[in-house]
Amino acid sequence: MSEDSPILFGLYVPPHPQPLLSPDANKGYSNLRSAFETCRKRIEESDADLILVYSTTWPSVVGHQIQALKESIWTHVDDDFHYLGSMPYNFSIDDEFAHEYCAAAEKRGLHARTVEYEGFPIDTGSVVALSLLNPDNRIPACIVSSNMYSNRSETIVLGKSARDALITQGKKAVIVVVSSLSNRMFTEHIDPVDDRIHSPKDNEWNEKILQFFADGRLEDLSQLSREIHGQIRVQKVVAYKPAWWLAATMGQHNNYEGEVLAYEALHGSGGAVIQLTPSTGSFGDKEFDEDDVEYYQGDRNVLNKGDF
Amino acid sequence: MKKGEIVLGCLAPHPPHLVYAENPPQNEAFSEGGWETLRWGYAKLARKLKTIDYDAIVIFTPHWQTYIGTHFLGLPGFKSKSVDPVFPNLFRYNYDLKVDVELAEAMHEETAKAGIITKMMRNPDFRVDYGTITSCHLLNPDWDKPIVTISSNRNSHYYSNEVMIEQAKALGEACMKAIEKSGKKVVLVSSHSLSHRHFVTEAPLPEDMSREHIYNHSQYVWDMKIIEMFREGKMQEVVDIMPEYTEQTIAETEAGGLIWMMAAMGVPSYPAEIYGYQSVIGTGNCIACWDPNTNTRELVL
Repeated sequence: MSEDSPILFGLYVPPHPQPLLSPDANKGYSNLRSAFETCRKRIEESDADLILVYSTTWPSVVGHQIQALKESIWTHVDDDFHYLGSMPYNFSIDDEFAHEYCAAAEKRGLHARTVEYEGFPIDTGSVVALSLLNPDNRIPACIVSSNMYSNRSETIVLGKSARDALITQGKKAVIVVVSSLSNRMFTEHIDPVDDRIHSPKDNEWNEKILQFFADGRLEDLSQLSREIHGQIRVQKVVAYKPAWWLAATMGQHNNYEGEVLAYEALHGSGGAVIQLTPSTGSFGDKEFDEDDVEYYQGDRNVLNKGDF
Repeated sequence: MKKGEIVLGCLAPHPPHLVYAENPPQNEAFSEGGWETLRWGYAKLARKLKTIDYDAIVIFTPHWQTYIGTHFLGLPGFKSKSVDPVFPNLFRYNYDLKVDVELAEAMHEETAKAGIITKMMRNPDFRVDYGTITSCHLLNPDWDKPIVTISSNRNSHYYSNEVMIEQAKALGEACMKAIEKSGKKVVLVSSHSLSHRHFVTEAPLPEDMSREHIYNHSQYVWDMKIIEMFREGKMQEVVDIMPEYTEQTIAETEAGGLIWMMAAMGVPSYPAEIYGYQSVIGTGNCIACWDPNTNTRELVL
């Protein structure tokens, strides 16, 4: 980990319920489940004070919503995959962090609010991620929504606000982005054993994205977000934002150790479990190896971090 | 058995603000009112419904979004709390509703016969969406009729508005066949706003009506054009213009509800009854109904 980062590592995980509810229905679901379990162990062995989740299956309209109900208890059922079963949950939420995050977002000019309501419908992606990554509530969590209208600058600032809040509270976090890669599912019911990525094009793009992740090229992926959105994302929202938020929260550079733990089809969409760990190596040969400039100090400063 | 029929088709928008403003005992949040134009319109339409003989409400909702086919609620009852994920400050509603499972299964069967991917939803823990609850509460606050909820298959996202229209038409026609075979009298509800661009901030007091207005004039003009066609009974033209309208105003018609209802009703060529139009957090909302009975059809507004 770099000396000044409040992020121990970041995870990118899929939102679909199959790894939680039907891991044995398909070898791929089982591989994803195993990858989740590896990540669970790594979180347990880390010094994390907090698991912070950004979920693309929690869309918000009025600004950015942050879950702050200390004990969030309900039984969730997915809109499409209700026949796979129910998902009871009981999550311990770090309400103090939630309020700090909200304040930090407001300081940076965002409209944000906490939600603290019994029965609030925590989304499928967050329920799957927290149920598999933190089943015993060993570490408190927090969840932030993905505003359906927000674009790059707003999402970047939302990520920076998360970092601000972590630094203010002196907390070390594992951050989790819940999102598919390609998100086109089959529009008919399939036998799980026949599951595959919807198209060769989706698969090729997914493989390319995974190559970037494996090389730790988070900022490069962030810069490619709009292209990714156009190529392999069903246009439900204005942009593909997970890499923006992940990069802004972890640091907008390519200096990471990347590990792809699993990549499988989930009803046609691309589901991957990926870990990114801040590093001091692997720097200097990537497309966007530039400083994330906060103050103008002359022409751009290039490559002033890391060993190269 | 006598042939079943559709006795009324209602366009019933579902901003949770309207239930919040009514302060019914089922909702935990408390308000000082607001959005009266829509609420009073709903009250008038609810009074009309009380005068009509019907067996069930069939509602198509954009807030049960399914990507793998069209789903139907398939258990006799659902009791839980619905918390709006976008406006949890306004809507935390304790519901206890009955489902006409027989009619739902009949629609499911006809839909499958029509070649549409479909599924019955039989998980007892399933939470009914707030669109269903809001529209049904405002149309029938006594909840004394069973409902059938139909999910919205998101063809607009996956394909195009044109594909959405074709599938919604086929679904509407299939539902009509099921209704006719059932022998039941049914009220159809298409639950959605018209133009649907929201403000992304909220007033400190959500019911502060000094802050409420349409998101932009373009949306207003489009909404008025559509409502004018409603009034003139030009529903085939509405169907024809729907892809353009939906794209230009980010309309909630993208879910397919209005097309579904029009197709089931044989695309009415008679005037709609208009009960009100008002913006809610920037979106355009119209309450309207299509009454096939010439004896009870009236000019409301």
